Amino acid sequence: MTYQQDERMTVRRNFEDAPVVLSVDHISKSFKLPTEQATGLKQAVINWTKGIKGFRRLDVLKDISFEVHQGEFFGIVGRNGGGKSTLLKLISQIYYPETGQISVTGKLVPFIELGVGFNPELTGRENVYLNGALLGFTHEQVDGMYDDIVEFAELQDFMDQKLKNYSSGMQVRLAFSVAIKAQGDILVLDEVLAVGDEAFQRKCDDFFTEIKKDPTKTVILVTHDMNSVKRYCSRALMIADGEVEAAGDPETVSQQYTLANLAVQRAEEKQRREARGGYANGLNERCPILRTSAVSSQVCSGEEPFVFDVEYQYDEPGDFYLAIALHDTRRGGITYDTGAKVFRVRQHGHHTIRFSLPLDAFNNGEFRLITSLRTPMANDPRGTDAVGVALDENSCSFAIRNDRNDEYALLSDRALVMTPVDDSLIETVHYEAANIEDSAAEHAVERAGGIASGRTDERTDGIA
Amino acid sequence: MNQLVKRIKERYSYAWTVLRGLVKTDFKLRYQGSFLGVAWSVLKPLMLFCVMYLVFAKFLRMSDGTPTYPVVLLLGISSWQFVTESTNVGLRSVVDRGDLLRKIHFPNYIVVVSATVGALISFGINLLVVLVFAIFSRVKFTWDVLWVPLNVVELYAATLAITLLMATMYVYFRDIAQIWEVLQQLIFYAMPIIYPLLYVTQHGGPLASLARLELLNPFAQIIQDIRHNLIAPETQPTIWNQFSNWGVRLVPLVLTALALWLSIYLFRRNSRKFAEVM
Repeated sequence: MTYQQDERMTVRRNFEDAPVVLSVDHISKSFKLPTEQATGLKQAVINWTKGIKGFRRLDVLKDISFEVHQGEFFGIVGRNGGGKSTLLKLISQIYYPETGQISVTGKLVPFIELGVGFNPELTGRENVYLNGALLGFTHEQVDGMYDDIVEFAELQDFMDQKLKNYSSGMQVRLAFSVAIKAQGDILVLDEVLAVGDEAFQRKCDDFFTEIKKDPTKTVILVTHDMNSVKRYCSRALMIADGEVEAAGDPETVSQQYTLANLAVQRAEEKQRREARGGYANGLNERCPILRTSAVSSQVCSGEEPFVFDVEYQYDEPGDFYLAIALHDTRRGGITYDTGAKVFRVRQHGHHTIRFSLPLDAFNNGEFRLITSLRTPMANDPRGTDAVGVALDENSCSFAIRNDRNDEYALLSDRALVMTPVDDSLIETVHYEAANIEDSAAEHAVERAGGIASGRTDERTDGIA
Repeated sequence: MNQLVKRIKERYSYAWTVLRGLVKTDFKLRYQGSFLGVAWSVLKPLMLFCVMYLVFAKFLRMSDGTPTYPVVLLLGISSWQFVTESTNVGLRSVVDRGDLLRKIHFPNYIVVVSATVGALISFGINLLVVLVFAIFSRVKFTWDVLWVPLNVVELYAATLAITLLMATMYVYFRDIAQIWEVLQQLIFYAMPIIYPLLYVTQHGGPLASLARLELLNPFAQIIQDIRHNLIAPETQPTIWNQFSNWGVRLVPLVLTALALWLSIYLFRRNSRKFAEVM
């Protein structure tokens, strides 16, 4: 593991020595947005007589600077409307900056959108040549790339069909193949990873991994997907409100991006809460308070039981119960549930009850406790109605982190061991602790990546 | 010298590649789905010319008294057709190709040039058809024919100038399309294309003496030159045989050069903003 890290560090250091192929130097860009819908002569005269400007200025990018070195895989992330696409268009020289300088060394091939200039009336072959021409490749140059493109798109049998007879998936595949097989020095890609079926996605994955190793090719990738940033990028840049919010190694940047998104989510949650009249999500005037909060540390070893409090307020007469469910946030599913009609609460009003949960049986994982306050149904003696549920910030999240644990399965060997009935053909091997840890970490990383990018690999296939 | 050629090649190779791609596509798509396909590009002018020949030469009996007049008429009309086709298509080209201009960076004058080149190809085919008519009409070609390529170059320059200008303005004011359509008619009738210049001199009334001034219009000058040099050197009035003063003779040429310079200047100045404005 440390070896891998070292290797990555040296690769990064090499980029610093490589020549700068793209330099963005203090650029700013603003747009005029018309405030009036009507833009005819009449409106112009009215505006002129009233002294209305008729537009307002929107600063999309403010003083952005960065450099990309040859061979880098450079990620640009940011929330919608943050100025990513404008930056990309500036890099691609579709827009021109108001102040500042952008200099590009080498042939830059931009893909703001896939299949620009594709014409449905032309055949696949003709479209490849047209697309190539628009990107500046001569007929002979496209000849050289053609077989690669067709093979990558898996469309060998369809190249002489008109594009209008292609399925939309086929069109996108063709466009994407042109994009990544185009022999440019700098490849600019905007949100194009999410195309094609699983097999095609995996091919793209392989391609990116491959191109990452090529020291002459530089890739600039704009995306929302933090997993692809972490997986491919050597460096990343986060843009928010037209400014560079973070720049540097992809781990840090993606963390910042996640934080920024969480902040937005929290703001939205606050708004929703205000809309609900001040009650948190899942609560109401009958049950204004219901909160699950950790007493133990939220990152725990699992050797001690996890202790947490449930705070509630309920004043209506009649029996009521607390039900607590343990969710596994990484693997999914409900690990444990107390049952709806087990914990009858003795006192009405505003109180706090302490609970304890043994964790010895579990491997490493991230969990969440969600409490609901329930009343018995009038017509069904076994059923209950949820009056309030402690969701979002009222739920209690915690993680188990312990070197003795595995990452992959939920239950540890301490809780459960599977044994062959007849061990004549099976030899049970016990790995060294270090080995287990390594492969476990790998499992975890790959699984997380696979889920987030919609990609499924053999292991998850097996599980499903 | 070689260095210079190489530099020009490098500078314009991208533009050239894009131009070839666009022109080829436009040409392929023009007769897309029709049974006769490319044959239409020859058939259509041939059929149109037959109609015009019948109307103007046989029914209306428009003539300047020479047997070659019908061919002269066709030549004039097809030359003007080149101007109208390239301006009408070129005018909208920047906006129509907006999808491209917003997505990739390429020398965007190419979309305008490709529209005019498309019209130029049709013009070339039309010229061939006119030649066939000319041969049938037993036209006697002279060495003046050698001037024709130069005339065509001037015609292309003047047309490109107008087209660039219109295309630039059209991005900001869509009204230009309507205005140009009217203007086009005005220019057409202010040139001796469907009528001989002699006709105005004879029936023009008080304006008769000004008839020759029509030739100061670059398009009139060029079209008359083409007619003169290609078909009828004896009968066609041109600026060169109507005026002896060089100051007057050079007016259309200077106008063309000025218009071309102005249009390129304006287009270049505005083209950076096209992707944002559209």
